[in-house]
Amino acid sequence: MDTLYREEILEHYKYPRNKGTLEKPDITYKDFNPLCGDECQIDLHVKDNRVDEVKFMAKGCAISQAATSMLTEMIEGKSLEEIKQLSKKDILDVLGIELGPVRLKCALLCLKVLKGGIYGIKEWPT
Amino acid sequence: MLLEAQKIRADFPILKRQIGGKPLVYLDNAASSQKPQSVLLTMNAFYQVSYANIHRGVYTIAEEATELYEKARETVANFLNTKTHREIIFTRGTTEAINLVRFSWGRKNVQSGDEILLTEMEHHSNLVPWQLLAQEKGAKLKFIPFDSQGKLVLDQLDSLLTDKTKLVAMNFVSNTFGTINPVEKVIAKAHAKGIPVLLDAAQAVPHLTVDVQKLDCDFLAFSSHKMLGPTGIGVLYAKEKILEAMDPFLGGGEMIKEVHWDHSTWNDLPGKFEAGTQSIAEAVGLKAAIDYLKTIGLEKIHDHEQALARYTMEQFSEMKELTFYGPPPKDRCGLVAFNLQGIHPHDVAAVLDRSGICVRAGHHCTQPLHRKLGLEASVRASYYLYNTKEEVDLLIDALKETTRFFKK
Ligand SMILES: Cc1ncc(COP(=O)(O)O)c(C=O)c1O
Repeated sequence: MDTLYREEILEHYKYPRNKGTLEKPDITYKDFNPLCGDECQIDLHVKDNRVDEVKFMAKGCAISQAATSMLTEMIEGKSLEEIKQLSKKDILDVLGIELGPVRLKCALLCLKVLKGGIYGIKEWPT
Repeated sequence: MLLEAQKIRADFPILKRQIGGKPLVYLDNAASSQKPQSVLLTMNAFYQVSYANIHRGVYTIAEEATELYEKARETVANFLNTKTHREIIFTRGTTEAINLVRFSWGRKNVQSGDEILLTEMEHHSNLVPWQLLAQEKGAKLKFIPFDSQGKLVLDQLDSLLTDKTKLVAMNFVSNTFGTINPVEKVIAKAHAKGIPVLLDAAQAVPHLTVDVQKLDCDFLAFSSHKMLGPTGIGVLYAKEKILEAMDPFLGGGEMIKEVHWDHSTWNDLPGKFEAGTQSIAEAVGLKAAIDYLKTIGLEKIHDHEQALARYTMEQFSEMKELTFYGPPPKDRCGLVAFNLQGIHPHDVAAVLDRSGICVRAGHHCTQPLHRKLGLEASVRASYYLYNTKEEVDLLIDALKETTRFFKK
């Protein structure tokens, strides 16, 4: 089981970082995974083109919750330009597990939402 | 009463498969079923011996192929006890069959201000087509509600069926609750007001004896892949008179009688609704699947699945961290949807996969139903003739293990 759910994934799932919403977000964006009905919303405060504060609300499995939680940790203080460069590999690297095509979407929804919010990019991250 | 599962299992090659060293436990039959050797061999033999396009060539194998395709239609007609085989239209599946009715019947018969009556437990494929038609025409959808047991509440049926209702479209067996719906009652009430009824029988035809003359339904749709047959083929049954009055669906080859530059006339039934080259080998495979189901017997299959559902629910009732949905066993087919407290269905399914157990996790294409229950998703175990009590035990053990893992 530990190849599917590393300790760290379960830890983020049970104690997610940055969960919630922001009062007056500069950017707020929500999207769905139509396959399983998962949803994810990310709110950002942006200062000098950098992420000052981030909060998320998500419904979904442990993988999707943990990935979103980890992503929010990853982007705090990052510039929007740096965020644009984030890829599928960055998410999989922090998760540290391999995923089949279906569950890959659970992991990538957060990044899709983030890029959708900042840049209006509608595609699944590659 | 359970079937002799080991004998049946030997007919399904895929059931010999191991997943990570553990035997495959296939409990996702409501999504799609596995195929017996006879279906695979029949389709293979058809390609190796008699394959050609149908209704066209005059050479030997074209005639053989045509004969086999039409034989498949007769087999389906007998299986459903239709008045004539002209009432059987081959489609790509349930979804296409329902959309055929939407386009060929709905566009002509539903106008602005009219109503279509559905139930709150429709699969998206018997909901979205009607939303699209309603939007196009300015018609309105109404819904027969379900209660806390996942059974339809028919108290208000008389007032739901109005002068404006043009069609009742409902599922025969729910793919989420497993409920066997009281379709005869609804049909009788609808017909008393002259309203036709469409049955989404995708979860019924594979598991119950369905007699369209006895039911007196006007339309009925189902898919081959859920009843041991191949993908890519399904059936629309409709009463001959209704089909005669309907407009064609897709235009093209085979559906015409006579074509001019600016107009055409339509083929007789059922060809009028079968434009283009059909799924020929798939029809032949569907026939083999029906032949197989008949040798076991639908009554026995239903008893077997219901017994497995009953056993599952008994075991589930003793697990305090588990909630399951739907009516008592006697009112359902062999599927049970449930949730483990605090664990997302995807995680449940992913952990079960580690034990070789295949279940569905998600909204099962019934999002509004889940929303009404206050759920995003659920896990569903669905049985067929080859499943065993031992497999249910494996499921129960794996679920207990899942709870332990996530609660640690
Ligand atoms: C009740 C019900 N209706 C319709 C469908 C759609 O069938 P298909 O995808 O074969 O068109 C399904 C299968 O998922 C179903 O369970």
